[in-house]
Amino acid sequence: MNEERLTEILGKYEADQSAIIAVLQDIQAEFGYLPKDAILTVSKEMNIPLSRVLSLATFFNAFSMEPKGRHPINVCVGTACHVRGAQLILEKLERELSISSGDTTQDGDFSLDEVRCVGCCGLAPVIMVGDEFHGKLTQTKIPGVLKKYQK
Amino acid sequence: MEEQTSEKTYRIHLMVCAGTGCVSNNSFAVKDALKEEIKKQGLENEVLVVTTGCNGFCERGPLLVVEPGKIFYQQLTIKDIPHLVEEHFLKGRPVEKLMYSPPEDKTPIPVLNDIAFFKGQVLIALRNRGLIDPEKIDEYIARDGYTGMAKALTEMTAEEVLEEVKQSGLRGRGGGGFPTGLKWEFVRRASTNNGGIKYIVCNGDEGDPGAFMDRSLLEADPHSVIEGMVIGAKAIGAQQGIVYVRNEYPLALKRLNIALDAAREYGLLGENILDSGFDFDIKVTRGAGAFVCGEETALLASIEGRLGEPRPRPPFPAEKGLWGQPTCVNNVETWANIPVIINRGADWYHSIGTETSKGTKVFSLVGKINNTGLVEVPMGISLKEIVYDIGGGIPGGKEFKAVQTGGPSGGCIPKEKIDLPIDYESLSEAGSMMGSGGMVVMDEETCMVDVARYFLSFTQDESCGKCTPCREGTKEMLNILTKITEGKGTEEDLTLLLELAQSIKDSALCGLGNTAPNPVLTTLKYFREEYEAHIKDKKCPAHVCRELNTYTIDEVACVNVGKGCDMCRRNCASDAIVGEKGKAHTVIQDKCIKCGVCYDVCRFGAVKVD
Repeated sequence: MNEERLTEILGKYEADQSAIIAVLQDIQAEFGYLPKDAILTVSKEMNIPLSRVLSLATFFNAFSMEPKGRHPINVCVGTACHVRGAQLILEKLERELSISSGDTTQDGDFSLDEVRCVGCCGLAPVIMVGDEFHGKLTQTKIPGVLKKYQK
Repeated sequence: MEEQTSEKTYRIHLMVCAGTGCVSNNSFAVKDALKEEIKKQGLENEVLVVTTGCNGFCERGPLLVVEPGKIFYQQLTIKDIPHLVEEHFLKGRPVEKLMYSPPEDKTPIPVLNDIAFFKGQVLIALRNRGLIDPEKIDEYIARDGYTGMAKALTEMTAEEVLEEVKQSGLRGRGGGGFPTGLKWEFVRRASTNNGGIKYIVCNGDEGDPGAFMDRSLLEADPHSVIEGMVIGAKAIGAQQGIVYVRNEYPLALKRLNIALDAAREYGLLGENILDSGFDFDIKVTRGAGAFVCGEETALLASIEGRLGEPRPRPPFPAEKGLWGQPTCVNNVETWANIPVIINRGADWYHSIGTETSKGTKVFSLVGKINNTGLVEVPMGISLKEIVYDIGGGIPGGKEFKAVQTGGPSGGCIPKEKIDLPIDYESLSEAGSMMGSGGMVVMDEETCMVDVARYFLSFTQDESCGKCTPCREGTKEMLNILTKITEGKGTEEDLTLLLELAQSIKDSALCGLGNTAPNPVLTTLKYFREEYEAHIKDKKCPAHVCRELNTYTIDEVACVNVGKGCDMCRRNCASDAIVGEKGKAHTVIQDKCIKCGVCYDVCRFGAVKVD
């Protein structure tokens, strides 16, 4: 963990306790998850009980306590994607990567998660790999999509 | 961002859609290719490329509208660009093969306004869509932007502004449908305590899966929301505004922040706006991914840096909201309507819509529909017009079954009610609700039990856990629904489902819990026979519930028609198909995991599902 970046993030909000969620969001964006040490520092520097920081960190879906894969995959399971077969896409990914939803592959290349609607229902079913969208998917297209990211 | 400037006069403007749907479809690459080609052809002083917000017709992205003339190009790829630029912009011959043709008759329709998808729409909230670059305040101003605000701040008293909004009949577009003017009046009348100030909040925590109107609005026209909020602040007497945006909407956040900076720079936000002596500024708060935060008390808690859990009302936020002060919470779309109401007057707005529901509503039309996209229609339009005229009907000649409105809080409206006029009351009477505006179309291949189970799994997952009826009740309902979709349900389960639904409706703490049973109640009311097929016959009529499906291969069709093409065996996920090229194939049932890929890849109809 980069201590300097953490100090910068904390400095931006000047220990304003109401900004705690924004601080955690910035840490999540910077490190890809909420490292344990960062949570401890935030609690101490912002003078907020650790229990409260942890309850926020585990309540909101935007936060993860575990590092994600180099290519985090988010499968949209919004309504439009659901009726167009998102569940089958998710299971195909689970089989291809040999992991369950919520997990990361052993080599750290991919992590697999579900997300509720990314708002481009016209492309359903959709997955996001990092910041890139892949739409109008079928089970047979999945291996090709993964290949783009495999070394 | 743009190298070209809009100060010069151009012969042609190319409006490239940069809404999330089109961006996901590579519209930025198309834009770059256009610019490059235009330069190559020496047209850079004649043709200007403009990136706009969401055009609405997401199904057909990436989209390009050529002005003047509104020539509509769709599904563009980089490969199409050199030909398009040469033919249309150099030689003046529009390219038919890149135009939209309706699925039924294949004749290209060149002009946007002639396309059925756009014809039936009335644009108020989305008035600037596809017409301006959302990152340029001058383009918003050129379309009468900030004139409503100027009128409210310099020519009208706060009471007059309030009265205008009350008279317009505008109701909250976030789902509840509470009269906007009345809410403003409550906040205006409430007194602050301990020397505090009043707040107004824009709720952009659009959580309904399948709904993206707030996202598109913030991305396509952020100034309309800002202007609406300043007008509201004047009427209410608020000094601070907050826009709460979902963290999942990075583009909306970016454009909103650009817009806020520009408005401040132009003196349209901050101290002494337009020399009127009125001070008001807006901050942005990012949501952190909790559906319950769309509920106003939970939303306010999370702005304060606390857990996003709802609290009992009263006191309503109008009395005790953010930091215990009077607070007015309205949805993105509601705010975007305000400037037009002030500009064109309450009477004009009041003349659109039905007796109880005035104006227009934006819907995201998604699911099993040809023209997926964002539509704005006058209240009172029938469901049939939306699905068949604007939406272009159901793809693949399938049969229409139902429309789901209102997200996880709403319900399913069956095809028998397709003539239903869309307004707050008729949707509630049908057992659904307006909601924020998600409209998910379902066809014969959608299983209504699975849909009910889907929404329950959503609300169960998003239940904050504070009150027992929602936390435990939705879990129990989900268990029963899962049992039914696995073919293990009993008749008594349906009775129990209804009982649970009623008690959760009556006793949950907030709107999330109160409305969670709606998808189950409406599907049970209109599609009970589907539940019974799962329970009595152990069959899923739509072949969605996997445990109840059996895949087989018709050997005659496989060999005689398909010549034993072997596609099913090669794609099978679990080595459950045996056979070789040229010969009949069979499914080994014990090995089959029912992923259905064999059914999808067979082009000869030889794979059967029952």
